[in-house]
Amino acid sequence: MSGRRVPLAGLALGAALTAIVAPLAFALAGSLSPEAQLFEGGLAAPGSWHLGHYRMLFADGTLLRAIGHSLIVAASTTLLCVGLGAPCAYALARLRFPGRGALLAFVLAVAMFPQISIVPPLYLGLRELGLIDTYPGLVLPYVTFAMPLTIWLLLGFFRQLPPEIEQAARVDGASRLRVLLEIVAPLSAPALATTALLTFIYCWNEFLFALSFTLERQTVPLAIALLRGQYRVPWGQVLAAALVSTAPVAALVLLFQRRIVQGLVSGGVKG
Amino acid sequence: MADAEHQRARLRDPAEHGESRLALLLCGPALLLISAVALFPLLYTFWESLHLHDLRMPWRGRPLIGLGNYTEALADARFWGALGHTAFFAAVSVSLELVLGLALALLLQRSFAGRGFARAVALLPWAMPAVVVAILWRFLFEPGGAADALLLQTGLLARAPAWLSDAQLSWVPIVLADVWKTTPFVALLLLAGLQAIDPALYEAARIDGAGPLERLLHVTLPGLQPALVVALLFRSVDALRVFDLIYVLTAGGPGTATEPLAMYSFVALLRNLRFGYGSALAVIVFVPTLLLALVYIRLAGSSLRQEQR
Repeated sequence: MSGRRVPLAGLALGAALTAIVAPLAFALAGSLSPEAQLFEGGLAAPGSWHLGHYRMLFADGTLLRAIGHSLIVAASTTLLCVGLGAPCAYALARLRFPGRGALLAFVLAVAMFPQISIVPPLYLGLRELGLIDTYPGLVLPYVTFAMPLTIWLLLGFFRQLPPEIEQAARVDGASRLRVLLEIVAPLSAPALATTALLTFIYCWNEFLFALSFTLERQTVPLAIALLRGQYRVPWGQVLAAALVSTAPVAALVLLFQRRIVQGLVSGGVKG
Repeated sequence: MADAEHQRARLRDPAEHGESRLALLLCGPALLLISAVALFPLLYTFWESLHLHDLRMPWRGRPLIGLGNYTEALADARFWGALGHTAFFAAVSVSLELVLGLALALLLQRSFAGRGFARAVALLPWAMPAVVVAILWRFLFEPGGAADALLLQTGLLARAPAWLSDAQLSWVPIVLADVWKTTPFVALLLLAGLQAIDPALYEAARIDGAGPLERLLHVTLPGLQPALVVALLFRSVDALRVFDLIYVLTAGGPGTATEPLAMYSFVALLRNLRFGYGSALAVIVFVPTLLLALVYIRLAGSSLRQEQR
């Protein structure tokens, strides 16, 4: 690239990264300021750090319970979807069978449809079964977006796997199923892990189903949204809760960013 | 007849027959589950939308009223408002995200020290819950918050406007929050598209004397078209079903000035307990998404078929 334009590009990139980080920095500063000084200081950093909001947050326990509920729901959904979705993705990537195209289209269509469009029957059905405000009552709805996501991400991966290894094993007389279990499964461990991580993040962040189908067993996004309340928002505590609940996801993303980007890009991608 | 054909196919290609059975075995459980929790409910929502079903008035039963809920929506000003808000939000935020995302992708494409770190930072807003993003931007636009301070201290504004109590200005934090959350992600998608463009094309254009702008218009944009179309479709689908961000940031307010369709449907269903009417609204949210999904499936399908050859 021509050397003359690099400073300009560097400046633009710096501005973009600042725009990405600044809101987080303001939130962090807000969570560490006493409530009374929150909207006084302008853009200056607070004079002294104040840990009161974090202390109150952990003393109260609502957020910790919500983190527990979210962990259970997101982990169960992820296990269920990767367990059932991986064989399906492999079949879609490797086997020739009638209706394969229609199946792919179906999986994609389900991945794209708005969650609200299935809230009415799910609510009525879960109420009928006594599953409102239970773990299965959230895991089952979560499958609707998590399963297509898992299948689609893994499909992208399996299509990139060189078929020669499997063909060689087939020539040596191994059955399809044996090839799948003894050759494909170990090779796909990293892809399965990335897919599980992304599915987990989508479940962790979900809001509409949690809002519709839970009362007491709030997930993290629901607990944060309700903490905000309607009047007199306790901003310091709300910001502390928002940051605490995002931190684990942020850490995972920073650690595995290369894999995540690859997974999303090869899988056709969902925003 | 069909059986005889099946027999013949089986004789012709026993391997294919075996693959079909294995495929059924591998796909069956996942597909049964998706059908039970997604496909069946979707059809049921449509069926429900043809009924008068008010959970607050169980004595009225659940009579079939045909398209009654849909004609009610056509005469409902709040429905038209919500439809307009959804279209406005999708048009404005998706255009901004594509333009800014392309710019950011072009910046990230250059090699520089710390590029991996920059990409990781760009992923952060995307990985955060929309609820948390909504809270951050609500905080920034509170009276006396960072947005006001920034505009007043730089002298851009003499007096801070009341962002969140004004029907039009409320869109500013909403759109900014969505752009902040998803632009970096769009950029990473487009970056993958950029890296797929053959560098020889740039070299050829340079030799032909094309300047940076001409290279952008005649090499980058055409080469990037598939990635741009995918980004546009996915972002549009997402924007048309927007719920979390607005629910937490403005709660659809002031009044119903920023209420999107998915949120009005939610209110009709779970606040007013009007399941028939709320289902009709949910079906209406579904229709444009289905159309976009069909476009995407056609595109993805043709690229899959090409790859198979």
